Amino acid sequence: MSTTPTWARPRARGVTGLMALLSLLAGLLLLAAPTASASTTSTLCMPSDETGCISGTIGSRVDPVAGVTVTLLDENEAEVGSVTTGDDGKFSFSVDAAGTYYVLADPESLPDDREVLPPADDVAGPDDSTTVDATLGGTSAIVINVRSVDYQAGEASLGTQLIQASAQGLRLGLLLALASIGLSLIYGTTGLSNFAHAEQVTLGGMVGYGLCNVLGMNLWLGIVLTTLICALTGYAQDRVLWTPLRRRGLGLTQMMIVTIGLSLAAQYVFQFIVGGSTEKVVVENFSNVEIGPVSLTWLSLVAMGISLVVIGLVGFVLLRTRVGQATRAVSDNPALAAASGIDVDKIVRGVWTAAAGLAGLGGILYALTVSNGIRWDTGMQILLLLFAAVTLGGLGTAFGAFVGSIIIGLVVELAGPLGAPGDLKYAIALVILILLLLVRPQGLLGRAGRVG
Amino acid sequence: MDQFLSILQATVEEGIAPTTAGVAIAVIGLNIHFGFTGLLNIGQAGFMLLGAYGMAITLTQGLPMLVAVLVGLGAAVLFAFLMGAPTLKLRGDYLAIVTISAAEILRYFGRLAALEPWTGGAQGIFGKNFQPAFIELSFFGGGRFDLLPFSYRDAGGTPVRVISLLLLVVVIAALVMLLTGARTSKGPLAGLASNRAVARWGSIGLGVLTFLLVFFTFPVSLPRTGTNGWWVRGVAWGLVALCLLFVWLLVRSPWGRALKGVREDEEAMRSLGKNVFVIKMQALVLGGMLGALGGMVYVLTSTVQADAMGRSLTFFAYTALLLGGAATIFGPVLGTVLFYSARILIRNAANAYVPDGWMSTQQTDQFSYIVVGVGLMLLVIFRPQGILGDKRELRFNV
Amino acid sequence: MSETTIGNLADPAARKALTDGVERTPGSAKPDPILKVDTIVRQFGGVTAVNVDHLEVQKGLITALIGPNGAGKTTFFNLITGFDRPTSAGKGAHWAFDGRTLDKTGASAVAKSGMVRTFQLTKSLNRMTVMDNMMLGAQDQTGEKLGLSWLKPTWAKQEKEIAEKAEGLLERFKLLAKKDDYAGSLSGGQRKLLEMARALMTDPKMIMLDEPMAGVNPALTQSLLGHIQSLRDEGMTVLFVEHDMHVVRHISDWVVVMAEGQVVAEGPADTVMSDPAVVDAYLGAHHDTDLGDDSLLEDDDPMEKQIEAEVEAEEGKA
Repeated sequence: MSTTPTWARPRARGVTGLMALLSLLAGLLLLAAPTASASTTSTLCMPSDETGCISGTIGSRVDPVAGVTVTLLDENEAEVGSVTTGDDGKFSFSVDAAGTYYVLADPESLPDDREVLPPADDVAGPDDSTTVDATLGGTSAIVINVRSVDYQAGEASLGTQLIQASAQGLRLGLLLALASIGLSLIYGTTGLSNFAHAEQVTLGGMVGYGLCNVLGMNLWLGIVLTTLICALTGYAQDRVLWTPLRRRGLGLTQMMIVTIGLSLAAQYVFQFIVGGSTEKVVVENFSNVEIGPVSLTWLSLVAMGISLVVIGLVGFVLLRTRVGQATRAVSDNPALAAASGIDVDKIVRGVWTAAAGLAGLGGILYALTVSNGIRWDTGMQILLLLFAAVTLGGLGTAFGAFVGSIIIGLVVELAGPLGAPGDLKYAIALVILILLLLVRPQGLLGRAGRVG
Repeated sequence: MDQFLSILQATVEEGIAPTTAGVAIAVIGLNIHFGFTGLLNIGQAGFMLLGAYGMAITLTQGLPMLVAVLVGLGAAVLFAFLMGAPTLKLRGDYLAIVTISAAEILRYFGRLAALEPWTGGAQGIFGKNFQPAFIELSFFGGGRFDLLPFSYRDAGGTPVRVISLLLLVVVIAALVMLLTGARTSKGPLAGLASNRAVARWGSIGLGVLTFLLVFFTFPVSLPRTGTNGWWVRGVAWGLVALCLLFVWLLVRSPWGRALKGVREDEEAMRSLGKNVFVIKMQALVLGGMLGALGGMVYVLTSTVQADAMGRSLTFFAYTALLLGGAATIFGPVLGTVLFYSARILIRNAANAYVPDGWMSTQQTDQFSYIVVGVGLMLLVIFRPQGILGDKRELRFNV
Repeated sequence: MSETTIGNLADPAARKALTDGVERTPGSAKPDPILKVDTIVRQFGGVTAVNVDHLEVQKGLITALIGPNGAGKTTFFNLITGFDRPTSAGKGAHWAFDGRTLDKTGASAVAKSGMVRTFQLTKSLNRMTVMDNMMLGAQDQTGEKLGLSWLKPTWAKQEKEIAEKAEGLLERFKLLAKKDDYAGSLSGGQRKLLEMARALMTDPKMIMLDEPMAGVNPALTQSLLGHIQSLRDEGMTVLFVEHDMHVVRHISDWVVVMAEGQVVAEGPADTVMSDPAVVDAYLGAHHDTDLGDDSLLEDDDPMEKQIEAEVEAEEGKA
């Protein structure tokens, strides 16, 4: 950590940084501008003093079901209205009286391989409908869950499920690793916990959506171009924002709060441009490949392959090249590295560029294979998994981040078959993190003695 | 002009809403963590959620209000111990990661369908199920929105509004002059402000007066919440005042000095024989209790819903704290009020004056959040001491 | 304090008589040791930074700890003050201060037992006033108990006494005029003084100073040395790390030399520098030079010193 006095820095740099920041945001807007016209916003309901809203999703946020007919019945089971869900599986009704309503999803309108999950007992209405209490001036939200018709078959063998979940966990882990290695490198070289890293992941998916879906580019070209564009944002970010801030001598805590601000702004920029819905990177569906009991799309296999190759490449660069050596030296002790002739700023800029590129690649692959589309908060959903992976492996060690990611990926995917309900699988990953910190605060691969 | 007034009305309404008071209390707690002790707690929303659930669930079980509040506070104390014990001996980052993770774990549990009988699952606990217990305590009697001649809805009619608006302008001007006079010895009231007692009590008095006048100038309508207007408003802001007093008493004491010492350099404090772990734990517990109290106030006019108290709320709390000025007494409250009103102002102004072709209604809302995010960055970079902070303090890096 | 068996240590003759009776070998026994250290080993990765078999520090004297850069002096300070744990913990590491075993004692408890240290890289509390820095040094403050802190009458009287004591010390260290300034606005040398004054607020039995003179203006050095000597004359034990040989020779009653983590020599200042082991220890860095030549030690490349200090500080954090 540098001990140079900070108030001696010229103020002008900060102003440059500000201008640069604004131009970066403007750039973000421009970048995604072509996509705006293509997105369809779902029917929206804004509550007012006299009206209330009932809105919800068929399926889940990550796996919505489009084209389902949803009917709203009032207390006396008289039909109030009926709508069809959009691409994001959303529906909404506007009502002008508070009270109890029933929402019914027409089973006939669901795809053949899906069926509506019966609602929980306390919200169950007549005919498998869901009860909802509407208030004026507010929005009542409900989710109607669907499941695969053949899910019963999967229930048969826990072993098969576990193998399938392990494969998915490995896939999730490898994709998380792409993002978490960058997060860890940034932490290692600058000491900064970058909360906006999740938005770099989202950006990857968004750029991929813009290139492949909206502009109709070839998928492979799109993936490469997305990675490059994202890497460029990393480079630009360091150049216009982080380097000037480091020169100003802004404390690490303050810098971390800057990343929180950036993350917040970026999320809403995504929403502003693309809207609140989930967008697919490519429209077509990919066929499944069966390997023994494991069934994954062939794209998933390719994505896992890409991740492995890229991570291997990063490892090679870190271990075997001069640049990698210099990066590790900076992680170890920036002052000493600088004194031995290493250009720390250059290394840090390289790290930002690589980290953003890797996160972008991770983002587009994640959107293609795991989350089945990209949404403004896709990255935010996995941010804590990334932090967990990085901390689990040992703060600031790239290989620790890789190991941590694989573990987190497996935990998240295996939690379901082993009995964790719903979103709790994320919670379990975090509980494991906290428990590990209790026993081994330096993480799995971190060196003891530098902590505390 | 009508549009302008309605925007102003909405802005002030948001600024003095009971929910804003709830957040302000939580931000006061966060100030103890981050501002005074330097603890990086990024899970303040978790404390709020815990307080809200603790109170609401206890009330829905039919227990009295006092028990409910104690349950909420107790839950926060326990939560703080659980998070602090493993992390407070480690570097600051670990507390950050553990608090944000733990807050998210709470949120996931709150949403869990299996816990629906208690937490209401994703829909949460509706106000009607727990608020009556609070409203019953009201001593404002029958008229739910009336206080003496003043109604919560119009605060005494147009004449009162006009007079109080004029008075408000005068009082704010005097307050600003007094404060700048005390700080820079310039301006028309500099002579008066040179007397420290006059400056202190004068500004406190004028501050209170401003506050009251705002209430009468901008009456608030909360027709949908079914809560007793004056009662909830009085309790919420009364608690804010109490918390401020409490924090002021603590911070001026040697204990408060020790907090700042820990913020500046833990090792130096250790070398002076101070038990840093204990001091940090006390701060974490105390700030967490204020967070829980804030959460309880926050839900007095709304639903207890897990997603309403997620990471964004913590980030807003940080923005509010830095805006007002960390490590100051009044900063958290000023910051929170300004933050919430400014967002509504930006949104409504964009709604009214930006053509729909440029920004849809939905986009103006998102735009207001983009401004919040960028604002937070600029604030940290260019005015890290916030509005009330002392610039000199920020010149020295920790 | 009155060590009747040893005589009044404010008297130079008594000190000379005392040190004359001590063997000039590493780890020699002292007549009345206040600090006793056994088998302290600290390794970073594969490198052994400190490996001290046995060391005793005499009560009531000024002992200097010297050695070339990287000899492990600061790490040794960190280990015995509880800021770091020896690798040999539980495997024979043992040290005691004033009769109290400190093997498992944390840094704050060590300070409470009367052994108070300062840091090589000054740790002033920058965003607090000089006075607040001082006030924090006082022990057993009622107002630092959370339960009583909000009741001012319970601590107001004690606070006033502490303030008077702090002002007295600030006066002595020529910092009284700065008492309401932020500590961060002081010069490096003034911060050193502040840190020393703050350590004295704890009423220590032994004060451990890590390079107290580095960065202090020469005019002040003289009076500072005077302060340190008068502390000794009042009965306090002083252990300090210093590179300035003039200073070492001027005030220390006893010198301990460390090299590569080990204690290589002990003895009075005027004789220890000619010890062959000491010459050996320094030779690696400074060929063909007289060790008494202060200018050489002072003119160390400042950049190198800075890095050295940072590396040591990093290690010290562990």
